[in-house]
Amino acid sequence: MRVSRRATLSLRTVAIGYLVVLLLVPLGLVFYRTFEHGFGYAWSWMTTPAAISALWLTLVIAAIAVPLNTIFGIICSYVLVRGRVRGRAILDSLIDLPFVVSPVIVGLALILVYGEGGWFGNWFISHGIPIIYAPAGMVIATVFVSLPFVVREVAPVLRAAGEEQEEAAATLGASSWQTFRRVTLPSIRWGVAYGVVLTSARALGEIGAVLVVSSNVAGSTLSLPLLVYQRDSQIGPAASSGAYAAAMELIVISLLVLVGMMLLGKRREEVR
Amino acid sequence: MAVGSYAEARAPARRRALARAPRGTLGLGISMIYLSVFVLIPLAAVVVKAVEQGPTAFFDSITNSVALTALGVTLGSSLVVAAIGAVMGTLVAWVLVRDRFPGQRLVNSLIDLPFALPTIVAAITLIALYGPNSPFGLSLAYTRAGVLLAFLFVTLPFVVRSVQPVLIDLDPEAEECAASLGASNITTFRRIVLPAIRPAIASGAALAFARAVGEFGAVVLLAGKVQIASIVIFADIESDAPQAAASLSVVLLAISLIVLVLLRLLGNRNAR
Repeated sequence: MRVSRRATLSLRTVAIGYLVVLLLVPLGLVFYRTFEHGFGYAWSWMTTPAAISALWLTLVIAAIAVPLNTIFGIICSYVLVRGRVRGRAILDSLIDLPFVVSPVIVGLALILVYGEGGWFGNWFISHGIPIIYAPAGMVIATVFVSLPFVVREVAPVLRAAGEEQEEAAATLGASSWQTFRRVTLPSIRWGVAYGVVLTSARALGEIGAVLVVSSNVAGSTLSLPLLVYQRDSQIGPAASSGAYAAAMELIVISLLVLVGMMLLGKRREEVR
Repeated sequence: MAVGSYAEARAPARRRALARAPRGTLGLGISMIYLSVFVLIPLAAVVVKAVEQGPTAFFDSITNSVALTALGVTLGSSLVVAAIGAVMGTLVAWVLVRDRFPGQRLVNSLIDLPFALPTIVAAITLIALYGPNSPFGLSLAYTRAGVLLAFLFVTLPFVVRSVQPVLIDLDPEAEECAASLGASNITTFRRIVLPAIRPAIASGAALAFARAVGEFGAVVLLAGKVQIASIVIFADIESDAPQAAASLSVVLLAISLIVLVLLRLLGNRNAR
């Protein structure tokens, strides 16, 4: 389109203005609110025992949920792309469910299955394995909401890579495990990495599903996003400073994730 | 001894059966079990809970005034968000692809910010900006406008990221051709560009709609008295009314499934 200079400029202004109002101004204000009483004050809110254990719990949950979903994602995309078995279409259409299910429904569903009086809840409780109102439930909720990312990133890369090299390896006498480890895995590694970053972002920031299955007790089941929620729900300027400080920790984490997305996104484009 | 020799005799047979099975059989089994444990069984529990007291109880819980208002507000706001997102997302994508200006790469990576940022951080940024202590004297919190803004924030990347690659692949020659034959900018866009990117806009908007319908984290601090479906479900869970929560959840699940099916049809049409 040979768009006139004036039209281009005005479109550019509208687009950037929209992004500034929607993204940058709010974010800038949170920076200001966090540090308006000085860095030391914000730091003291980030280093309370509750805040430290919340950060720790958030990292632990992600450290369990992300590898689980990564292994599942690789197996699942292999089945979807290379499999010859019937039933792949069903799997393919069910994978996206977690993307469209409301997080609160995830929480409710887990209570109905693993909670007191739930389908399997009584069995777990009588064996001394509490799931609901315990970290285990928060891990399951996180696995649920971040499940499709690796599959959806790896499957197209695997499809693009093609089967010739794997067939060549098999012809040369490689076992199927050798073929997978030496040929398939290297060809999908950037897709896997990008999927891991997306999964981590979702796992670190999840609130809806986790809020429902957490007991919201500081030091045991309070993750960082829940801490923001809890502090913001309390009345008074001190509590809201605490909420901003905890939110700042999450912002720093997600900016790191964003940088990871930028770097890996470029590598991924090259591979595709 | 007899049992041992039986097992010894069976083992190779089983291995042979597995080798004969179509490729991906084992992977499909693992994937389906994983998906069932984390996603399908919990969601089934929600559906069972909603209907186990009979259809009357189910319809009563979704046709009372609170539920109806919540569904109306949620669907209405989500439609508005999908529409605004379609227009603004296309505009932003066009500027990012066809325009050249300093800082473009930074703007491009900013688009992913709502995906990287935990939704509770989105909530607290919007509270900082439009809440009771708004520096601009705008108190949009606890209003439908505030809810709309929160939805726009979290769904920003969907349309941009779905339109952008299509626009990159679109050959500018057709546009230049139209322009040289005397078509105005608007005509060129409407007749040449829009038909090519319409499926991408539609699928981006549908994803944005589905996300908004279920969104919880970004509105949990902002909604206040505005009854959003996910907030009502959360309140039902907290007040120990799982049947009511499950019934409303089933309605949301049905909406998500419809969106998912539409997306699939759209995807198939694109692939052809």
